[in-house]
Amino acid sequence: MNASDLASSYELVVIGGGPAGLAAAALAAKAGVQTVLFDENPGVGGQIYRGIGTTPVRNRAILGEDYWAGAALASEARASGATIVNGATVWSLDPNRLVGVSISGQARMIQAQRVIVATGSMERPFPIPGWTLPGVMTAGAAQTALKAQGLVPTGRTIIAGCGPLLWLLAAQLLRAGAGIEAILDTTPRINWLKAAMHLPDFALSPYWSKGLALLREVKAKVPVIAAHRIVAHGKDKLAEVVFATGTGERRMTADLLLLHHGVVPNVNLAMAAGVAHRWNGRQLCFEPAVDADFGTSVHGIAVAGDGAGIAGGTAAAERGRIAALAVIQTLKPGATVPNMQMMRQTLAREEMGRAFLDALYQPAPSFRRPVGDTIACRCEEVTAKQVRDTADLGCEGPNQMKAFLRCGMGPCQGRLCGLTITELIAEQRRSTPQEVGYYRLRPPVKPITLAELASLPKTEAERKAVER
Amino acid sequence: MFKRLDDTGATVSLKVDGKPIRARAGDTVAGAMLAAGVEHFRTTPVTESPRAPYCLMGVCFDCLVAIDGVGSRQACLIEVREGMAVETQLGKREAGR
Ligand code: FES
Repeated sequence: MNASDLASSYELVVIGGGPAGLAAAALAAKAGVQTVLFDENPGVGGQIYRGIGTTPVRNRAILGEDYWAGAALASEARASGATIVNGATVWSLDPNRLVGVSISGQARMIQAQRVIVATGSMERPFPIPGWTLPGVMTAGAAQTALKAQGLVPTGRTIIAGCGPLLWLLAAQLLRAGAGIEAILDTTPRINWLKAAMHLPDFALSPYWSKGLALLREVKAKVPVIAAHRIVAHGKDKLAEVVFATGTGERRMTADLLLLHHGVVPNVNLAMAAGVAHRWNGRQLCFEPAVDADFGTSVHGIAVAGDGAGIAGGTAAAERGRIAALAVIQTLKPGATVPNMQMMRQTLAREEMGRAFLDALYQPAPSFRRPVGDTIACRCEEVTAKQVRDTADLGCEGPNQMKAFLRCGMGPCQGRLCGLTITELIAEQRRSTPQEVGYYRLRPPVKPITLAELASLPKTEAERKAVER
Repeated sequence: MFKRLDDTGATVSLKVDGKPIRARAGDTVAGAMLAAGVEHFRTTPVTESPRAPYCLMGVCFDCLVAIDGVGSRQACLIEVREGMAVETQLGKREAGR
């Protein structure tokens, strides 16, 4: 689909084609809401169902049945009558719900009556010495490569960090025939104490038995080593991983180091639209303040899925449906819709085990607030020491920090350093992340070329305004 | 660093820094480059240190390459096309690219 095939306005624009976006678009379109879904990847599925329908991984056991559940969501959305556009980058969203989107180099501004932001999550920054070396990637990256392209690591692979996804990835890689030298488990011991009180709820959640089975599967094949400091070494690429264990320092040669400290909401688009966010002290990230229907502080803009706080793929789909239902109730009040109560129950069940996982897998402070020459901002190569020193000089927040150090001003627009910078400033100034706040984000939230901007259709009045 | 689990399916040929590589139809540019053994995608503007994909999901921008003459494209989000010319990026973007 080309940009010129789009209507100039839609009743509902859904941004992101993961579980939340697909479920929202399917439900809304079926109820007669004129819906378009924009997704920047070549195919729908988001990260969790990445490559669904196109993956070259044919042996279903490798990715597991939870992955294949995405196929139903995708076909439901395709059959719903919603217009689904892949390769569509949304670079702007304003409080009046004007959506700037770019498709194969052609940009358009689309007016939406309602917007559901379903831009999901991204991996938490994992700032350790050497994390910018080629050969160091996120665990999610390896999972994406496997799902979308059937790529399996060769050579010596080490996985480091903590969180449910780490174990899932390890199991998937092993099933796909990859070797894993070791898993460096960074779960702080003390977290077990903090998590214990949430254990009863967790034991009732769907995560419990699945999680235990995964742990067993992986631990039977890979040595798991508790590590509290990790350094990646190498000249032009990763060569060795050095880590501290309870009994001293160890080193292992490695070709690939996969890092994972959980996922956090991808806030850039919602923040740029002016949606109010708050610090979540349990998940250690910013998330939009949402109501029961996932509506935000900006009228007509909802944030559904993991973008509204991390709860996983099944919960994301339910959140998408609930957000869509709110849209249907306003725009098509007569439409027949499924029972909202059922959705809320499924959602509650899914969210139940979260407190335990959040407490257990909260990454240690030393992995969130680096010191010395460790790079905090990958794009502008700003070190933790520079940020700490500048905070000591009196710099109070991330936006001022940009002016001093250019951190957050490179191509990733602060996505990979935002949380680190906020936490570093809060620590130096003995303040809180809520108090310190996040980067102020402005559109365009994705880079867009002048040629793309110039491709925006112009009205007669606009042309006259610049002609003499 | 990576190998393909399955080597069947339609192939697409493209060039990376002038060298021909074969990809699977539907690959992203980044995936095709990783499978072909490309280790460095760009060097940074500040210290010219080498980078390769970190996230493969569009957030880190370490996969930036020039595609068909347009600089700073996210290789992990763009699908391969027959005849595509990809160039790894050195340091700062040059004017006009
Ligand atoms: S690898 Fe991170 S944006 Fe492409």
